[in-house]
Amino acid sequence: MPFVSPEVYAKEKIAAIQDYAILSWHAVANIFSGPRYWADIFTQMDSIGVGSMPIVVLTGFFTGCVLALQSATSLQEFGSVSLTGNLVALSMVKELGPVLTGLMVSGRNSSGMASEIGSMKVTEQLDAMRALGTDPLRKLVTPRLYATVFMLFFLTIVADAVGIAGGALVAVALLGLNASTYFHNSYRALVYGDIVQGLTKPLFSGFIIATVGCYFGMKTKGGTQGVGKATTQAVVVASVFIIIIDFVVSRAMIGIFGR
Amino acid sequence: MSSETAIAAQSTSTMQTVEPVVVFDDVSIAFDQKSVLEDVSFSVQRGETRIILGPAGGGKSVLMKLANGLLKPDSGAIRVFGEEVSAMRETDLYKLRGRIGMVFQESALFDSLSVEDNVAFRLHEERVPEPEVHDRVVEALRFVELEQAIDKFPSEISGGMRRRVSIARAIVSHPDLILYDSPTGGLDPITSTTIVALIVKQRDVTHTTSLMITHRLQDAFLLARNRFNTQTGKIELIPNGGVDDSTKFLVLNEGKIVFDGTTQELIHTEDPWLKDYLS
Repeated sequence: MPFVSPEVYAKEKIAAIQDYAILSWHAVANIFSGPRYWADIFTQMDSIGVGSMPIVVLTGFFTGCVLALQSATSLQEFGSVSLTGNLVALSMVKELGPVLTGLMVSGRNSSGMASEIGSMKVTEQLDAMRALGTDPLRKLVTPRLYATVFMLFFLTIVADAVGIAGGALVAVALLGLNASTYFHNSYRALVYGDIVQGLTKPLFSGFIIATVGCYFGMKTKGGTQGVGKATTQAVVVASVFIIIIDFVVSRAMIGIFGR
Repeated sequence: MSSETAIAAQSTSTMQTVEPVVVFDDVSIAFDQKSVLEDVSFSVQRGETRIILGPAGGGKSVLMKLANGLLKPDSGAIRVFGEEVSAMRETDLYKLRGRIGMVFQESALFDSLSVEDNVAFRLHEERVPEPEVHDRVVEALRFVELEQAIDKFPSEISGGMRRRVSIARAIVSHPDLILYDSPTGGLDPITSTTIVALIVKQRDVTHTTSLMITHRLQDAFLLARNRFNTQTGKIELIPNGGVDDSTKFLVLNEGKIVFDGTTQELIHTEDPWLKDYLS
C-alpha cells in the first residue's frame, strides 16, 4: 500500500465528510420538491422493513431471553428475582432494542444499498440514469433514506415487544416467576422519557444506515473489488456511527428527562 | 414592420437555423493532473453524423460525457442546442438531456429492470400514459428488430442484443441528438455490422444529429459508405464509391484533434500519422 502524506490523508477525509454532508442534505431536501418517487419509497419500505422482520424478531426475542437469564443470577443475590421484568423492559426499550435493531438492519441493508448502488456505479448505470434525465440521488437515495427511517422506527417497537416477550418466557418457564407479575413490573418500570429515548434512537440510526450505505455505493470505484470494499466499509462505518450516536442521544435524553 | 426590422428578423432566424447542435470551444480536461483533452474545438451541424475516431485512451468517451454534461471541463465552453452545458446546473441539465439519447460503451442497461422497463425508463419519468408507453417501446424495439425480447432481463440476452436495447432506449423519446459511445466495442464483426446498420437506418430515416465513437475503421467507413434502402429495409453501398454527405469525421489522438473534416478529406489526407493510422 503506497504511503500517503498526512496532509493528503487529512484533505481526503475532509473532502469525504463534505461529500457525505452534501449527499445527506440533498437526500433529505429532495422530498420537498418534485419529482417524488413514492413507488420506490414503498418498494424500499417492503424490502428494508418487511424484509428485516425475521432477523429483528429473532434477535430481539433471544436478547430478551438471555437478558432475563443473566440478570436473574445477579438479582438472586439480592433476593430480587421478581424485578427481572423491570430490568428486561428498561434494557430492551432504552438500549438493546434500538441499538441491536439498528446494527442488524445496518448489517443487512447498509451493505445491500452499498453493493446495489456500487454495482450500478461501476457498470455506468448511474451515468445512464443521469443521461436519461433522472437524478440518481432523487431516485435511489431519497427513497432509501425515508423508507429506512420510517421502517426502523416500527422495527424497533417490534424488537422491544418480542424482547420483553422473550424475557417473559424465560422468567416464567425457567425462573418460575409469575407471568402477570413480570408484565406488571415491566409496565411499571417504563416512563414516558424511556419510551421517547428508545424511539428517538432509530430515527438517527435509520438516517445513518441509509446515508452511509448510499454514500459508499455512490463513491464506489474499481469494479467488483471496489463494490466489495464499499460494502464492507458501509457496514463498519454505519455500525460504529450507530453506537456513537446511541451514546450521544442517551446522554442528551438523560439530560432532558433526568433518567 | 419596417424593411430593416424584417431583414434583422430574417437574419436572426437564419442564424438560429444554422447554429450548430454541438459546439466545443477550446475544451480541456485533466484527471489527476493528467491531461485527457487539450484545447478541443469542433462543431456538429444539425442532421450531421460525426464519427469520432482514434486510438483507445485518446479521450473519446470523455468527450462524449462532456457533451452530455456528465463531466465538466476544466476550461473552455461546450454548447448543445445553443445552451452552455459546461456552465449549467445539474437540475437544468436533466431537462436538456431529455433531448439527448445516449448509447453507452457497455450498454449500461438497468440490470434489475426488464427490457421493456429499460426502454420505457425515460417515458415513465415523463409520466407518459402506460398504453402509449407500451406502444412506443414496441415501436423502438421493432426498429432494432428485438421485439421478441421485450419481457427478458438484460442478463438473459447476448451482448449484441443488449447494445440494440440500449439503442432502443436512446431513440424511444425521439431525441434531437444521439450520442453513441463505442456501440460496437467488444462485439464480433457480424454483430458490429448489425449495430452499424441500425445507426445508418437511424441516420437516414430520422436524420437525427449524432456523434458516434469508434476505434474500428471498418465500422466508421461502413457508416460513411452505406445508406438505408427503405424499399428493401436493408443497408446498401452508395453507388459509384460515393459517401454520405452528412457523415463527417473527427480524429482524436492523445487528447488533441488531429483531423476534422469529410470522409473524402480523410481518405486523401497527407498527414503521416493519420495515413499510418488509417492503413
